[in-house]
Amino acid sequence: MARIIAGVGSSHVPAIGAALDNGKTEEPYWKRVFSGFEKSKQWMADTKPDVAIVVYNDHASAFSVEMIPTFALGCAAEFPPADEGWGPRPVPVLKGHPRLAAHIAQSVILDEFDLTVVNKMEVDHGLTVPMNLLFGTPKQWPCPVIPLAVNVVMYPPPTGHRCYMLGKAIRKAVESYPEDLKVVIFGTGGLSHQISGPRAGLINSKWDKSFLDNLTKDPRKLTRIPHIDYMREAGAEGIEMVMWLIMRGALDDRVDEVYRFYTVPASNTAVGHIILENRRKAAPKSKPAGRTKQAAARKAAHRIASKG
Amino acid sequence: MARAPHDYDDIPGTFVFDAERSRQGYGINMFCMSLMKDANRKAFKANEAEYLKKFNLTPEQTEAVLKRDYNRMLELGGNIYFTAKLGATDGHSFQHLAAVMTGASQQDYAAMMLAGGRSVEGNRSKSGKGKPAKSKSKSKSSAKRK
Repeated sequence: MARIIAGVGSSHVPAIGAALDNGKTEEPYWKRVFSGFEKSKQWMADTKPDVAIVVYNDHASAFSVEMIPTFALGCAAEFPPADEGWGPRPVPVLKGHPRLAAHIAQSVILDEFDLTVVNKMEVDHGLTVPMNLLFGTPKQWPCPVIPLAVNVVMYPPPTGHRCYMLGKAIRKAVESYPEDLKVVIFGTGGLSHQISGPRAGLINSKWDKSFLDNLTKDPRKLTRIPHIDYMREAGAEGIEMVMWLIMRGALDDRVDEVYRFYTVPASNTAVGHIILENRRKAAPKSKPAGRTKQAAARKAAHRIASKG
Repeated sequence: MARAPHDYDDIPGTFVFDAERSRQGYGINMFCMSLMKDANRKAFKANEAEYLKKFNLTPEQTEAVLKRDYNRMLELGGNIYFTAKLGATDGHSFQHLAAVMTGASQQDYAAMMLAGGRSVEGNRSKSGKGKPAKSKSKSKSSAKRK
């Protein structure tokens, strides 16, 4: 069976992509950022995932205001980099994994997550920057990618709790896929930042640190954070941190934090990065992954229905 | 009709792009989206007011665009990821736009970011009622720093 072995959290600041594309990585300002990902690239090279699921958001590239899907799963065979106004980023076209993606779509929709299936989509810096940070700048990406685009541009984004539960449903879907595949899931965006209005430039390192601590130790606590707190404390655009909870929900309750990096700023944003591994077990786990509240509720509903 | 009140209206210096603003600002954002094409950028630059007529903006929205009043655009339903495309069309970096929205010089804004960014202290709440998310020190400050 396929299984999710680890989760990666990473900011996706567009200026990081621009620094890469314009050969600025050795400048002290950018070196400070990129040096924090050296160990992560090694970790990724050693981990060799077969597939990466990347949770990210589009920034007026693939989706304008004509269509604003809350959760959109990329089921295409490939995803070209989007032209964000300066020509597409010079990164390889991303290969998808249409079979696993379709399997995930089918499974999570039946688990009551009504996501949108996307069979043609360009992907912007929200996805390609974390790819570069973890895989470097290869001629071809070493593994296929399943993009999961989340609306965090128009308020309200999905709640943190909804994101966390979607992560659990994705895990269940992956674990019911027959082929042996090692899957790594990315949560991207954040950390604290505001780039709009008179309060632009807001950074809250205390909040960010606490978020990273709880991501490892007590993610359920994070699922109770209301949107107003994200916006007030971590900036209007900092609300995109809810996407990290999809990644976290797809992992074991107890994980090992194998790496963390944090620096301020990259452009207007606090850069956060974390790698969480599921604990290796001698025998496959017997705990059913789908034993979520939703699944329980559905079973309860079924019991009631069968009585009638 | 006036906007319905929301808890996030209390956050200082912030225009939350909610579903209502998304509806209201559809024209502004579609105009900005059109600037992804070079031919449209040229047409806009050749005659801004004429080009804007295609997008059914209100007079207030048209004025905000022509004056490059970025905060007003946000207030009237523009979204920053879209309005940034207008800034790029004018040849400005994002940091320039951020500085303009905050009322600071670009140099001062850049220095603030390098020094760790704008502090959340004193910037949480207009009314002073806003509490920090965690149960630690309660911010009673209502100072609105711009």
